[in-house]
Amino acid sequence: MSSETKQILTTDGIPLEVSLKKAEKKNKIKAFLLVAPLLLFLIITYIFPIGDMFMRSVDDKMITNMLPKTFKAMEKWENLDELPPEEVFSAFYFDFKLLVKKQEQGKLGQRLNKEKNGFNSITKKLLRQIKRKKIDENANIKEQLMKVHKRWRSVEYWQAIKRTAPPYTMAKYLKGMDMYFAPDGSIAQVDEDRRIHRILWLRTLEIAFFVTLFCFFMGYPIAHLLATLPMKYSNLLMICVLLPFWTSLLVRTASWMILLQQQGLVNDFFVMIGLVSDDNRPEMMYNKVGTYVAMTQILLPFMVLPLYSVMKTISPSLMRAGKSLGGTPFVAFWKVYFPLTIPGIGAGCLLVFILAIGYYITPALVGGASGTLISNQIAFHMKTTLDWSFASAMGLMLLTGVLVIYWIYNKLVGVDNIKLG
Amino acid sequence: MALPSYTETRYRVWHYIYITICTFVFIFLIAPLFVIFPLSFNAEEFLVFSEGMKNLDPDAFSLRWYNDMIYGTKNPWGLAAKNSFIIAIFATIGSIILGTLAALGLSSRHMPYKGLIMATLISPMIVPLIISGVAIFFFMAKAGLAATHTGIVLAHIILGTPFVVITVTATLSGFDHSVTRAAASLGSNPVNTFMKITLPLILPGVISGGLFAFVTSFDEVVVVLFLAGLENTTIPIQMWTGLREQLSPTILAVATCLIILSTLILISAELLRRRSERLRGINR
Repeated sequence: MSSETKQILTTDGIPLEVSLKKAEKKNKIKAFLLVAPLLLFLIITYIFPIGDMFMRSVDDKMITNMLPKTFKAMEKWENLDELPPEEVFSAFYFDFKLLVKKQEQGKLGQRLNKEKNGFNSITKKLLRQIKRKKIDENANIKEQLMKVHKRWRSVEYWQAIKRTAPPYTMAKYLKGMDMYFAPDGSIAQVDEDRRIHRILWLRTLEIAFFVTLFCFFMGYPIAHLLATLPMKYSNLLMICVLLPFWTSLLVRTASWMILLQQQGLVNDFFVMIGLVSDDNRPEMMYNKVGTYVAMTQILLPFMVLPLYSVMKTISPSLMRAGKSLGGTPFVAFWKVYFPLTIPGIGAGCLLVFILAIGYYITPALVGGASGTLISNQIAFHMKTTLDWSFASAMGLMLLTGVLVIYWIYNKLVGVDNIKLG
Repeated sequence: MALPSYTETRYRVWHYIYITICTFVFIFLIAPLFVIFPLSFNAEEFLVFSEGMKNLDPDAFSLRWYNDMIYGTKNPWGLAAKNSFIIAIFATIGSIILGTLAALGLSSRHMPYKGLIMATLISPMIVPLIISGVAIFFFMAKAGLAATHTGIVLAHIILGTPFVVITVTATLSGFDHSVTRAAASLGSNPVNTFMKITLPLILPGVISGGLFAFVTSFDEVVVVLFLAGLENTTIPIQMWTGLREQLSPTILAVATCLIILSTLILISAELLRRRSERLRGINR
């Protein structure tokens, strides 16, 4: 029957269905064109560079590019427990000579030294021999090289060079978790007293978790108060939440630095009420306490605002109904009000946790050595040690964690439901 | 929040405990900002309340740190303020233009892959600043824009657009699209419709998003730390160095000015929010 019905035509004779589809497509393109400038801008300046971070973090091409002939020759090296054949030695010698010409042999020595201790000195020794023209290129290079230093006779050093052959490595990620590739290629843990990164990860999680918890316990009552008070009072109190929210982060951190210093007002207050003696004022800054206090105050508005916007929509008659049905105020609160606020709790806690886990400025200023987080370590490697690939690797590990939470947040709350102010 | 007269004693007690807790939390939130205020007028160099200040002795107060802020040679606050304003203004304009356009597209019901694109556009707000800083630094270094105003402005546009996208999408969610159709049926072209109908209606959202973008740029320090050279120093950078090296009262003078600025921004944001709610009320 359907094939026999006359198609509805538009005035210009095109079937309506086709015409509608065309219009739909046009609208789609129109909508997309509006988003396109920002999307393109972000992809070029932001998303690609994050991909670039990944490339940097796994990049290990330096030696691959420095010793091309050696690695080619090493393909023929079959029994890895014995010294490589003459070809490998001579290939390495010519690669090295080329590097000397470009004055890059120092970089090679340093990089190989990271793989196995002792490379720095033997490459330097080889350099001297080459400069003095002690090596006869027409004779057997293997034997001459083995005479330069006894380590060139050790198979372990050649194995170390071979390990650097792959152009990509996960070593930086392992380092971020206090692990490394052992000489036999397995994954090993660093010594217990040198596991600094694991401590930092755990501390970051711990601080983010407790700051979220503190924010929740402080934010919930005041959000409730703000949502239940009459407008004219709540608007006034709202300023107490919004003013810190709009104030510069550095200003707020500075005020905590003043308050928490040893001669600061908080300590003055403790002395006044007799909690501590005047000559025994506790150190509250440059440690975890400072980080906790300052971060809680700074992130509290991000907890209060989502909670408030959810609580505002809960009708007060629900609590009254609960009470009139025989519940005590506590029961009514717990069984009726609290479950209704769970979306707000989820939104607030996830938001605070996401922000806290990547915090940098405040811990760097008030945290001291025991209050610093993973972000501070990333900044340290970016600015001080200049190990950018390691900083990238740590950054991406942190990013993965944040994206997982972001994904949960998106599922639970939806990004388009984020409310500001 | 007066209690009904029939309230039992234990709930009465609980109620007062609750009010006390709330009071303490409000003090915890707002009090730190008020410490800065009096100390910035300290006549002495220390960051504690001197005896004279406690006794309200007029000699204990002075404007010397404000003087130092404006005329001091040691701290380039003037250059920093100029840079901060220039960068923030351009970053705000960029964020508003890109963000509003994107929000318009995202609010269209024809938009394909809405969720994914929205998540991408919001991501600079969620990704920890230190990671954004590293990534943007790599890009700017490659593009030869490190240590230039242009580079910092672009970086701040990245960080500012999510706020504009969110606020404008929120405003558009209450937007009655039949008015634009009405305009079109009366013969207005799309650009004209946007300028005369849509923009005035969503303006509160656009401006409040712009305020967020402005504050984000004006207060941003992590990304600038990676990008700025000596010539591009901004107020947050100066404060950061000052706080790291030595907490001088001049910083408190600057901080006081910043608090005044944020109060002004808060007031305008609140006014805008109310106006926006009123406008959207009419539309419904």
